[in-house]
Amino acid sequence: MEYKGVWILAEQFNGRVQRISHELLTRGLDLAAKRGVALTAIIFGHDIDNGDLRELIDRGADAVIATEAPELANFLPEPYAACMIKLIEEHRPEIVIAGATSTGRTLMPYVAIKTSAGLTADCTVLDIEPETGNLLQTRPAIGGNILATIKTPNHRPQMATVRPRSTQPAPKQSGRQGKITHLKAPPELLGSRITRVDFVPDESEHGLQDADNVVACGRGIKKGENLSLIKDLAGSLDAAIGASRDVVDRGWLSYPHQVGLSGKTVSPKLYLAVGISGTIQHLAGMQTSETVVAINSDPDAQIFRVADFGIVGNLFEVVPVVTSKIKAARESTKN
Amino acid sequence: MRIIVPVKQVPETNAVKMDEATGTMIRDGVEAIVNPLDLYAIEIAIRLREAHGGEVLAVSMGPPKAVKAIKEAVAMGCDGGVLVSDKAFAGSDTWATSYVLAQAIKTLGDYQLIICGERATDGDTGQVGPGIAAWLGLPVATYVSKVEGVSGDVCRCRRLIEEGYEVLDVAVPAVLTVVKEVADPRLPTLRGKQKARKLDVHTLGPADMTVRQEYLGLNGSPTRVVRIFRPKVARQCQMVTASDEKSIDQAADALVDFLKQRELI
Repeated sequence: MEYKGVWILAEQFNGRVQRISHELLTRGLDLAAKRGVALTAIIFGHDIDNGDLRELIDRGADAVIATEAPELANFLPEPYAACMIKLIEEHRPEIVIAGATSTGRTLMPYVAIKTSAGLTADCTVLDIEPETGNLLQTRPAIGGNILATIKTPNHRPQMATVRPRSTQPAPKQSGRQGKITHLKAPPELLGSRITRVDFVPDESEHGLQDADNVVACGRGIKKGENLSLIKDLAGSLDAAIGASRDVVDRGWLSYPHQVGLSGKTVSPKLYLAVGISGTIQHLAGMQTSETVVAINSDPDAQIFRVADFGIVGNLFEVVPVVTSKIKAARESTKN
Repeated sequence: MRIIVPVKQVPETNAVKMDEATGTMIRDGVEAIVNPLDLYAIEIAIRLREAHGGEVLAVSMGPPKAVKAIKEAVAMGCDGGVLVSDKAFAGSDTWATSYVLAQAIKTLGDYQLIICGERATDGDTGQVGPGIAAWLGLPVATYVSKVEGVSGDVCRCRRLIEEGYEVLDVAVPAVLTVVKEVADPRLPTLRGKQKARKLDVHTLGPADMTVRQEYLGLNGSPTRVVRIFRPKVARQCQMVTASDEKSIDQAADALVDFLKQRELI
């Protein structure tokens, strides 16, 4: 039986389908169209919202396979992997893509080993090579210094993870037809040597990666006490607060705020970098932001290389003025 | 308690070159460092040894000069280490790399934990930790931001996810991949450096472990790099100087206009 079909791994949290699933559908639709095959969304969970499953069809899936069991309510590598491997062995999809989320980046490599699949992480571009039908996977490496295009010529399935927020969610189309299959996970696949004892939600962390606007500060703020400046600016833009590694290392902001190679990757609509010089490691975490604005006293700071707008000046003088003008501008558009 | 810490020697991010023909990194002539997140893995491993007694072994797959990474791990406080190196392993993708590391780890005897940094700064994939776990048939907890303790056969840890953190009880032996929050890495000590200098690091090749030739190196890797290119810097920065009260005011106005134009405010 040949390998055929494009699959996306949809994700749920507390039974609700997550936005990454809709972003993956956009990618999947493109690949499935080019290969002339069906697009299927697979999902694991417990009591997954039926309306959300229906929405996957509305947004482009030809089929949804929902594998459910109480043991699958939250992501655990072993039961998720066992169920996913079984589905792959039964259905033999040619391409499987997932989000480069904490789940995707754990589950996909685990599954890729067992299914001898090629897996490429954090792809920014996915395409089909016309002559061979192979999946072309393009991703950044070396802190974003280079882009590499990767193929999996011989192994199947071809697997890839895609960065969250690097794709527009697929739009809903009314009247789409598709099949939703509910599978009960076989008990022998549900064993886990990891138990989830507790979960502690944290709004502030969630805020950074999903925020439309981010104000980030670097060593230029000189000390933690000066954060109030940044908080005011962030407040004026309803922005989440990010930090360079220096700021986190000095304890002025906690690690969940860190943007960069060993922190978070963000791609908000607006990234406003204040007092950040722009090391390669930091740029790797934010250079795909839609609009980048930088404020720095050094005109040669690297951050200006990836900025759309830059102010060269003393941030302690500039930021308060900028904050009040933004507030004024937003007030006036309200009235 | 025996803990194995896979470490990777990576090029200093700024100055790396690629071999266009094979799509792999040219590791010669570039300053090599221990992958930053591995320092955190080493640190937490040492702390666990301090609490429970036992041994921490570093293992690194790389060219011969990666022995320096092992020595740095020992200088920090690891008890010893092993280099996994052979031409046959060159050009491995994460599938082949995690395979070889798993097979090498099998030769090292029993262990309770394998602790990895969450990802390496060159490849940036984060795939080898879970890959090792899959090859060895072990549970894996990724994005571990705190190890609360190991008691009997269970390691309780925190896993950082998008929505907050999970508290997990992980049956041991297991693989953990750690993020920066887990522990601040200590500096190498004088005694550690002396120990590292004197250490004769054993090198493992294919003959020293059970491996399938067809799983090794560039040929054994399911994925193949076909093209490397530099991203185009597509942004033109509109720069304004704000050096006195008047120009600060003007700069701020210009920024507000810019944000309005882009429909951001």
